[in-house]
Amino acid sequence: MALVRSNALLIDFTRCIGCKECVVACLVEHGLGDDAEAVTGLSSRALTALTERDGVYVRQLCRHCLTPSCVSVCPVEAFTKTPEGPVVYDASRCMGCRYCMQACPFGIPKYEWDKPVPAVVKCDFCAARQAAGKPTACTEACPEEATVFGPRDELLAEAHRRLAEEPGRYYQHVYGESEAGGTAILFLSPVAFEDLGFRSVAGEPLPALTAAALEKIPGILSIGGAVLAGIWWITQRRDEVARAERAEEAAAHEEEDHNARS
Amino acid sequence: MLGRDGFRLPLWRGIFYLLLAIGLPLVVLRYTQGLGAVTNLTDEFPWGLWIGFDLLCGVGLAAGGFTVTAAVYIFNLKRFHPIIRPTVLTAFLGYLLVIMALLVDLGRPWNIWHPIIMWNPRSVMFEVGWCVMLYTTVLALELSGMVFERVGWKRAVSIQKAATIPLVLAGVLLSTLHQSSLGALYLIVPNKLHPLWYSPALPWIFWTSAIAAGLAMVIVESRLSSRAFGRPVEMHLLKDIARALLVALGVFAVLRTYDLVHRGVIAEVFRPSYESGMFALEFALGVLLPFVLLLSPRTRTDIRRLYPAALLAVSGFLVNRLNVSVTGLERSSGTDYVPAFSEIAISLFLVALGFGAFGLMVRYFRVYPEAAARSAAAPRAPAKPSRALAPSAGRPA
Repeated sequence: MALVRSNALLIDFTRCIGCKECVVACLVEHGLGDDAEAVTGLSSRALTALTERDGVYVRQLCRHCLTPSCVSVCPVEAFTKTPEGPVVYDASRCMGCRYCMQACPFGIPKYEWDKPVPAVVKCDFCAARQAAGKPTACTEACPEEATVFGPRDELLAEAHRRLAEEPGRYYQHVYGESEAGGTAILFLSPVAFEDLGFRSVAGEPLPALTAAALEKIPGILSIGGAVLAGIWWITQRRDEVARAERAEEAAAHEEEDHNARS
Repeated sequence: MLGRDGFRLPLWRGIFYLLLAIGLPLVVLRYTQGLGAVTNLTDEFPWGLWIGFDLLCGVGLAAGGFTVTAAVYIFNLKRFHPIIRPTVLTAFLGYLLVIMALLVDLGRPWNIWHPIIMWNPRSVMFEVGWCVMLYTTVLALELSGMVFERVGWKRAVSIQKAATIPLVLAGVLLSTLHQSSLGALYLIVPNKLHPLWYSPALPWIFWTSAIAAGLAMVIVESRLSSRAFGRPVEMHLLKDIARALLVALGVFAVLRTYDLVHRGVIAEVFRPSYESGMFALEFALGVLLPFVLLLSPRTRTDIRRLYPAALLAVSGFLVNRLNVSVTGLERSSGTDYVPAFSEIAISLFLVALGFGAFGLMVRYFRVYPEAAARSAAAPRAPAKPSRALAPSAGRPA
């Protein structure tokens, strides 16, 4: 994983002026129109959203986790984490179980509930643009550099530099540095993230929780199989012995009868 | 005379066709207009009644299938042999129902086969998918003897007989994996599922409660089928099942309590809240009460007392699964989920299909081997029969 420097976004709420250019750029980039005012939150028609909360503009989008739950839970590998950073979704593999939506600790994936052929919808970190060497559409559109694009280690250092330089301006936490094992999207905020509706997510990568259960399968199969076969063999053997004893007894009786008669 | 649909009573036949008449158009609506048209599912609440009831409860209630075959073939409790076919048939139909429910619930059901060629062994859902596929196949093979016998393929019958033990072994192992993996599905949502239900021990909790539910279902189904098919209740077998159920409920109660204490959330049980109320319903009414009732030998030997106790245990199981899949997730999702009428109607439609299929199977195949002559009377009501179980079945395999 360390071979490729994975990309990230640093989103600084203290710099955001609420112009919604990022939302417009995202809609246009993904062919979803250009009406940013209609976007009130993430949905199957909006991959990013900008909402105001107590005077702070809050941006929402997929966090592109370093160890993504959606990638781990998808039974058909419809999600993949690319080495460059984006977590991308392939609708042609998807069977629509929606475990990704259930498992995402940030509540990001949305669904096309109104379509007969539905797909999961979420930000793709402009994977196509990145492949062409370009930053994300939202980054390019931002006039205030509230969103910046770059290698994750550099942006993380930059975030901490800002926290140290202007401690009064920031709530002292980089959201995404360790949440769910770390995410590619890093946030800085003037107030506590909980007050902005951000969930407090533990630092452990969630896929480890299910991996622990799945690792037991070979043991259950081999030990369980051996124990069951053993019990079966014992009960069978007991039957056989009982049958043999009965047969012997019967033979003995017969012999006695025979002797008695002769 | 018996109708071609397998029902004799006009009332039951009426209900059956009514459920079909309501359900079928709703299924059509679901496929043409999307899931949103017939469900109350949302982005915040992506799994509803079809997962909570049809899938989680359906699989759990089919647990009689692996416990009874293990009792007879592995633990050699031969006297339970007569109840194998109805129990395995119930489990098979239960799994077919689960598959049909998945075909309705999955957003792209035509891709349901994808896990066969697209592997993600790190996914619990991948394991669940494979368990459903393999165990349904095992159940079908276990039942195939009944079909070969009917069409008179003697060679096939003997081949099937020879494969019995490997099939039973595979069935027990697959069921163990499957029952526990349904609990493991929720291991990845520690931030979302309420602490009364989230536990690292979820796979164990699901497995033990499924065994108790499977045993309770054997009693419930025995009572229903005795009424529907005019057969006597085998109390000499059921009283042992009742004792096994007592043990299973006791083990489950201890495990569940220990888990709550161990995780330090036992105080949540006594703090008045929506969640603690639902927990009380699940645990006091569905586990402790039937346990206390079953302590009395009079309950275990009298079907009129045993039946309500078993019904309580089954209800407790249903509430538990719905608590894990719905109640426990509501607070963190910030929404209330109440299933839409169509979700309930489609669930009932699928259950009705199962009852209908059972009636037809009893009519055309020798489901009750010991009473072929009597069963000429055939089904009157669409009840799912299946009978007793062995005391040892509650033991971990």
